[in-house]
Amino acid sequence: MIAAYLVLLIPLTGMAFFALAGHRADSGAWNIRLNAVNLIATLWLAINVLREGTILSAGKAFLIDPFNVYLIVLTAFVGLTTAIFSAPYMAHEMETGRLNDARLKLYHAMYQGFMLSMYLVLTTNNMGILWVAMEGATLATVLLVSLYRTPESVEAAWKYFILCGVGIAQALFGTILLYYAAEQIGSEENALLWSVLYENADKLNPEVLKIAFVFLLIGYGTKIGLVPLHNWLPDAHSEGPTPMSAVLSGLLLNDALYAVVRNKMLVDGATQSDMAGFLMMGFGLLSFLVGALFLHRQKDIKRLFSYSSIEHMGMMTFAFGIGGPLATFAALLHMTVHSLTKSAIFVTVGHASQLAGTQNMEKIRGLIKTQPAIGWGLLIGTVSIAGFPPFGVFTSEFLVLLATMRSYPWLAPLLLLGIGIAFAGLFRHIQPIVYGDRPEGQQPIKANLWPVMIHLGLVLWLGLAIPGFLADWFSQATLLISGSAP
Amino acid sequence: MNIEQLDFYTQAILSLAALVGLTSFLMLGQGRLLRLIFVFAVQGFLLALTTAAAAYSLSNYHLYISAALTLVLKVILIPWMLRRQVLKMNMHRDVEALSNNTAVMLGGASLMLFSYYILHPIVQTSSLVMLNALAVSLSVMLLGMLLMISHRQAVAHVVGFMSIENGLFFAAIVATHGMPMVVELGVAFDVLVAAVLFGIFFLHIRTSIDSLDVDLLNRLSEVDK
Repeated sequence: MIAAYLVLLIPLTGMAFFALAGHRADSGAWNIRLNAVNLIATLWLAINVLREGTILSAGKAFLIDPFNVYLIVLTAFVGLTTAIFSAPYMAHEMETGRLNDARLKLYHAMYQGFMLSMYLVLTTNNMGILWVAMEGATLATVLLVSLYRTPESVEAAWKYFILCGVGIAQALFGTILLYYAAEQIGSEENALLWSVLYENADKLNPEVLKIAFVFLLIGYGTKIGLVPLHNWLPDAHSEGPTPMSAVLSGLLLNDALYAVVRNKMLVDGATQSDMAGFLMMGFGLLSFLVGALFLHRQKDIKRLFSYSSIEHMGMMTFAFGIGGPLATFAALLHMTVHSLTKSAIFVTVGHASQLAGTQNMEKIRGLIKTQPAIGWGLLIGTVSIAGFPPFGVFTSEFLVLLATMRSYPWLAPLLLLGIGIAFAGLFRHIQPIVYGDRPEGQQPIKANLWPVMIHLGLVLWLGLAIPGFLADWFSQATLLISGSAP
Repeated sequence: MNIEQLDFYTQAILSLAALVGLTSFLMLGQGRLLRLIFVFAVQGFLLALTTAAAAYSLSNYHLYISAALTLVLKVILIPWMLRRQVLKMNMHRDVEALSNNTAVMLGGASLMLFSYYILHPIVQTSSLVMLNALAVSLSVMLLGMLLMISHRQAVAHVVGFMSIENGLFFAAIVATHGMPMVVELGVAFDVLVAAVLFGIFFLHIRTSIDSLDVDLLNRLSEVDK
């Protein structure tokens, strides 16, 4: 249990440290160190859970089970690699004069603040605190979206703030209804604890929980970026600093989906129907198709990949909605590979736009000729996210497709169509960017591409063969969520 | 249900629910920013009163804390901050011309009916009072959204946002006698941070577009220009 407290304490100290110490030349390095230490703490926690099974802290405030522990490790890992990327990236932004000391201080403090709220979302056992932490994540990142203070970034941040704030208010209403249902079966003090609710799920009033789930799905769905509540996502991703886009896409969206799935487990237990699953399938499929179609219209490279995030989050929501062991396993795997690939892509995109001095895709050209590492990184990342074998995204998308064919065969053509459209949308933009001639005067920049290589290497590994302990881990989580092993 | 047969607490809650709903409608039709903020403070006060009434009737001490929190945050601090911003930016004389006010008001009324409609299944398992309270709080939330849609000033958007939170708190108090203390403190903290961030944003928006009219925030869109 100490490990769980450590996981929360380290970012908290980090936030206080950056806020009090102000910006220093080695803030970036400290950010890396803090995240590295936390990765070790999460691994320790994961080993504990693997050995002893679910851990419930004294007072039941924290719950670590196979489902959230793998997301915790993933969060720490992406947090670390993004921090490694962020240090030289932010130094470059300082040199070009887009940022100053005060804003970098804010950036580093809020980076840790964001990590803290992510860990809190994942570890807490209290559905109310889950909401508070989710809102905390918005508050921590909203000023980072407007870090450059351009009119566009202020607009994006305002939109993000208002839309996510209003959206997540719906989730609080859902949580209140959940509490109301729990109080009726009489457990005053522990009425919002997930573990208690889950044990008594069959006694909860199904009518109230049905209404509650609609609000919870809308609320957390805004954060997942489900269509039609997705408008903030491309703006916030494209206008903020790129390390922020990487963690937003790789972590925040996952954690919002995690919140929905936790609630779905309660609602399923109470209603004994597929109502929650159907809602998730509907919204998921809609987001998937709309995201794929919108890929074609984009001009800004970061907007392009945010729509790709919407598309993939839609697919995961859809897969969790189908339920059943196979689909759940696929969704869990897809969460992992999407996080890894998407954050790797944002890292290369960040370097590419620094290299070209713009985010406009019509002006970024000849990446491979200028700096092969960035060009190939972007190309391989795109190949991977589009779902080509032998990468992990292929495996998980294939499993989702398989599960769909088994349960709802008539939906499979839609999925295939969406994958095809998304593939075309990505490659029509990326192909001229990586190939093609190098514009005059475009010089290579100092870039750290280790995070990209590690991420893509892992995705490749997951695609070729899922290591035994990880498969075991996913199976335990699947067993927990869907009630039977894959 | 005859209202005279109910106990005093239930009657009080019902009247307060009606008043809270009324303040939402008042805000919806208000074009002057300072008056809008005043009505918002009144709504906050009614909310604090509801919390205090609940605390008294249940003799639940943590609800008193929550009432005090509401009083400080929603009645004093946030309205004061907003008022100061409005005065500083010299916007207190502007009257926002609300386009098709009648349609917005009718829309508000139908939102209220809609809230009753979706929450109706709850009546099977609990009292009619609970239905009223939950439906009013849901409609306060929806009216807050409508306020944000129909007004163009960033300050009005913040008022709408905060009034959505008011609706949530009303539901939490009446339906469940308050959330667990730790959650309530967390939510209050989030509201406070949000209020501070809004203040920072007013400054940013003003420096970037030289106005607080959010209709001018239109650079990012999917439509080709």
